[in-house]
Amino acid sequence: MLYRENGQFKSSYRQDEALLPIAQDRYFVLGLIAFAYLGVPYLASNYLFLSILNPFLIMALAAMGLNLLVGYCGQISIGHAAFMSVGAYAAYNLMLRVPHLNFLVALVLAGLIAALVGMLFGIPSLRIKGLYLAVATLAAQFFIDWLFARVKWFTDYASSGSVSTPVLSLFGWQLNSPARKYLFLLAVVTVFTLLAKNLVRGHIGRAWMAMRDMDVAAEVIGIRPVYAKLTAFAVSSFYVGVAGALWGFVYLGSWEPLAFNITLSLNLLFMIIIGGMGSILGSFFGALFIVALPIVLDRVPAWLGAPLSTAMASHLASMIFGVLIVFFLIVEPHGLARLWAIGKEKLRLWPFPH
Amino acid sequence: MDLAAKARLLAVSAGTVAAVISITASAPALAQAKEQFFPMLVYRTGPYAPNGVPFANGYGDYLRLIDARDGGINGVKITYEECETGYATDRGVECYERLKNKGPTGATVFQPLSTGITFALTDKAPRDKIPLITAGYGRADSVDGSVFTWNFPLGGTYWDAADILVQHVGKKLGGLDKLKGKKIALVYHDSPYGKEPIPLLQKRASMLGFDLLLLPVTHPGVEQSATWLQIRQQRPDYVFLWGWGVMNSTSIKQAVATGYPLEQMYGVWWSGAEPDVLPAGKDAKGYNALVFLAPAGQGAVHKDIIKYVYDKGQGTGKKEDVGEVLYNRGMVSAMMAVEGVKRAQAKFGKKPLTGEQVRWGLEHLAIDEATIKKLGFEGFMEPIHTSCANHEGAHAAAIETWDGTKWHVTSGVYQSDMSVIEPIIKESAAKYAAENKLTPRDCSKEG
Repeated sequence: MLYRENGQFKSSYRQDEALLPIAQDRYFVLGLIAFAYLGVPYLASNYLFLSILNPFLIMALAAMGLNLLVGYCGQISIGHAAFMSVGAYAAYNLMLRVPHLNFLVALVLAGLIAALVGMLFGIPSLRIKGLYLAVATLAAQFFIDWLFARVKWFTDYASSGSVSTPVLSLFGWQLNSPARKYLFLLAVVTVFTLLAKNLVRGHIGRAWMAMRDMDVAAEVIGIRPVYAKLTAFAVSSFYVGVAGALWGFVYLGSWEPLAFNITLSLNLLFMIIIGGMGSILGSFFGALFIVALPIVLDRVPAWLGAPLSTAMASHLASMIFGVLIVFFLIVEPHGLARLWAIGKEKLRLWPFPH
Repeated sequence: MDLAAKARLLAVSAGTVAAVISITASAPALAQAKEQFFPMLVYRTGPYAPNGVPFANGYGDYLRLIDARDGGINGVKITYEECETGYATDRGVECYERLKNKGPTGATVFQPLSTGITFALTDKAPRDKIPLITAGYGRADSVDGSVFTWNFPLGGTYWDAADILVQHVGKKLGGLDKLKGKKIALVYHDSPYGKEPIPLLQKRASMLGFDLLLLPVTHPGVEQSATWLQIRQQRPDYVFLWGWGVMNSTSIKQAVATGYPLEQMYGVWWSGAEPDVLPAGKDAKGYNALVFLAPAGQGAVHKDIIKYVYDKGQGTGKKEDVGEVLYNRGMVSAMMAVEGVKRAQAKFGKKPLTGEQVRWGLEHLAIDEATIKKLGFEGFMEPIHTSCANHEGAHAAAIETWDGTKWHVTSGVYQSDMSVIEPIIKESAAKYAAENKLTPRDCSKEG
């Protein structure tokens, strides 16, 4: 009843190719964005910003980056936490060694450095596929972990190997309160989401998807595999590198190589599998699921007033979390984004289903 | 599954989101209760749980003792809440954010029991004005209170630990000069924790002319065959162990399997508790470790804990485990926090205090022999006196040895050589201040 596109005629190609062709979608998304920018900063508590919203936004960006590679181009990577750490350490070293560098510039440069490293480790993808490629990217994970733990220059000869960052300021605006950090992250994520959404609709994204669906056929219709695969690795690593720099500077503040270990790589993969492969929206769902759910589960016994010991509550949370992952995958292997799409289809028929 | 069921699922996931948002709604009400809130970052799960559990039990039991026996700190009741970190830095940061505003005056003091979490909180604590106690761990350079206003590495740092180990093996050989040409291997947890002692050991190595062999072990430390192969090849004269959790017991078992003489193996104080040696049992006989603040055993305070806490069914652990090394260390850590509050109450009044006020108390701690005796901690710690320039308060430790069933203190008390350590503290603290654009306080002006 409410969600119908009847009467919305498209009279130009431009309208037909709009990001959100249905008016209700457009209003909903614009409303959501307006709420995120204008409403949330006044409503949310510091705890919500620091523990849920900020890590959620950064992880959504990282998951989006990984989704471009795995979901759109079909190249599996379990080394993406390593590319995040490349971004983080690149930004750290740029800020440390280049005086008066604006953080935004450092962020983009860090992304570019991560893109270069990603392309380097993407080279094996030209010859190997599937699980074999996964193993090759695993090598990237271990190598980069080792590099930052051993080569002291990257951590500015810190005795413990842990680096810390000063408070950031952008054009005289100090990023010192949780709400400001949130707004900054939101702006970055909005820009990158728009870019990603447009990238996958254009010829580059189509080349990636052709590669994913059948690489021989894609080659036959004139898509160069070298170009398609390496651009996917580059763009994906760029996103992930930016996310890594944000994770280090805006969320953690100080970190050690262990912060970007294989567990994070696997978490990123879980995010896109649960959220939905080949879906930008799915990256957000997946990130929310992985970031927020363990925290919520951990706190449920306290809300209910159940006198569980800390260890018991923590074990229970891990068990329920695992069960939920399996449950969602069985119910909808295409992820939460697909559930969302099904929900929208149902809404079109509501309240008079056939 | 039909579409209706799927739509229901969608509602479930929407419910999750709603639950997340409702966290905001449950913001703590500012009740003017006479309570002092102690946050507890613990790890009772994961690879470090064997060591995290006794520490958390000791910490919690002491806080309960103060409430049950004394009715709180001068009439101000203690409240506390545990938060599970699993020894992971990001979860530790989440716990910190969750607990920092609890209680009528916010969190009193954080004790993360993880060097990684300490590093992360060192940046956050000054903004929230909450002190950090890192008794025997954390940043060694945070001894310098003029730069690290909010950090308190009370009772000892890893640089003290490394220095005392070098002194001890030197003494055994008949003088520090005898170390020339010897080879010492450091088997360390490859994390900020394990890397902390390296600068001091390198400095000592160049001063005394011994070779330092650095052997990192990756988290969590169950895979060490490559490390011990190197030890078999290189035959170091001494092995210093800087492990935690399962890594310790694995190292000791590997040493036994490799045939490395355990008498020449020395652990830091985090590698010298019962859970570390028990898996190797009788074979671990002869293994040595440092002990600072709290050795194993029971004193007057333990009797009170049994009487007021365990006999009333309030204890978290088993009664038999009261008096284990890590239990005692948790207890002493809690005691130092409580003493900090008492000291601050003397200045600011007997009411719930803010973190900022407790910080003043911690900076003016004066725990002398008489106080230690009064508190029932005789034989479990050295006196601690802190000041603006010295947030550590004591630099003493002894060596303990495992006889197959029990830990025994087998050496006198050593004092670390501050003439060696002080220059690196100053240099490292100055570097931190420059990187983070901090202006150090002028300690001569602090009251």
